[in-house]
Amino acid sequence: MRLEARGLTVGRGGLPVLADLSFAVEAGHALILRGPNGSGKTTLLRTLAGLQRAYAGEVSPGSDAIAYGGHRDGMKGQLTVAENLSFWARLHGLRDITPALRAFALERLDDRQAQHLSAGQARRLGLARLLVTGRPIWCLDEPTVSLDAENTGRFADMVRAHLGDGGIAVIATHIDLGLQGDTLDVQRFRATLEAFG
Amino acid sequence: MIRLILRDLALAVRAGGGFGLGLAFFLIVTVLVPFGVGPETARLAPIAPGVLWIAALLACLLSLDRIFAIDREDGALDLLATAPVPLEGVTLAKAAAHWLTTGLPLSLAAAPLGVLLGMPWPGHLWLTVSLLVGTPALSLIGAFGAALTVGLKRGGLLMSLLVLPLYIPTLVFGADVARRGADGLDPGTPLALLGAVTLGCVAGLPFAAAAALRTSLR
Repeated sequence: MRLEARGLTVGRGGLPVLADLSFAVEAGHALILRGPNGSGKTTLLRTLAGLQRAYAGEVSPGSDAIAYGGHRDGMKGQLTVAENLSFWARLHGLRDITPALRAFALERLDDRQAQHLSAGQARRLGLARLLVTGRPIWCLDEPTVSLDAENTGRFADMVRAHLGDGGIAVIATHIDLGLQGDTLDVQRFRATLEAFG
Repeated sequence: MIRLILRDLALAVRAGGGFGLGLAFFLIVTVLVPFGVGPETARLAPIAPGVLWIAALLACLLSLDRIFAIDREDGALDLLATAPVPLEGVTLAKAAAHWLTTGLPLSLAAAPLGVLLGMPWPGHLWLTVSLLVGTPALSLIGAFGAALTVGLKRGGLLMSLLVLPLYIPTLVFGADVARRGADGLDPGTPLALLGAVTLGCVAGLPFAAAAALRTSLR
């Protein structure tokens, strides 16, 4: 397993944001995206996940191998924690949600409705969803927002375990998670308007 | 896909899901008609099929903008788009769940309301049949309209303007089935055409709606 982007140009609303981006991430490694607000980290992650089309260049493997975790968790307030997780698990052809609950210490919250969770607990639920997708590549957009230090540690452990199993993670974050892998400063690939007329 | 239908059904029947709103609206509109046009059966009976069909159509419209808007707001639409289910399947499942929570209860409630408006037998039977055959098309066309306007703020009104004209064929044939049934004529031809409209919607609209969703995600 290897995530590779060649000559990738991504953009929003018809305007290129990042141009001619090339990188490769080997199995067991993480790629940390850095850059100021609005520099194109989210756009890049959404393009990798197949939610947007690349303006140029290509990504391999395809989006079927990629699990995307954005700013919003996609969890339904009226469903319980366990119901939310099993829905996504079954949609991805998996059944067992216990490892995912355990990874973020959600076992005791499993029959609580998601609307009664705190922001941090909801985030933990959103991140636990990654484990029930069974996909090797994770594209995460600011995953540690509203997590406390303890749960940030849990998250780092979860990513480390995923990398240990030969997975790959591409993470846009502003904090240091202590993961093995490279850092990519997206600012360097800022698209210039002249290049696109 | 079955999972998605079950989830949407669970969401609809739990608190704040809006299940029953369409049905209550259908009931109230129908009850208002005798107040507006007068209570004489001679006047009510001929217009009953049309009134009930229009009321059903409006009740259906009421819950359409929820089909995709909520999933888009909480980010679930992004996750569904990356899940191993094609977006066409997602749209079909969403339309099916919408039909099960609005179209089906409306069809079943229509017969007693037909009695209320003085429809002669076997008009009620044909009214129910026509709604059962026709309302899936309303949900599918609605899902397409909802997909087109999902990215817009206050897109609900625009969606109504887009969707209502597309409801005309279903309304024409559906009301005709009920009217012919009530008059004791053979409703076979309009029923076949009504079924054809629904089948055409099932075959084509999930693809159109999925294409609209892909565009709005970008």
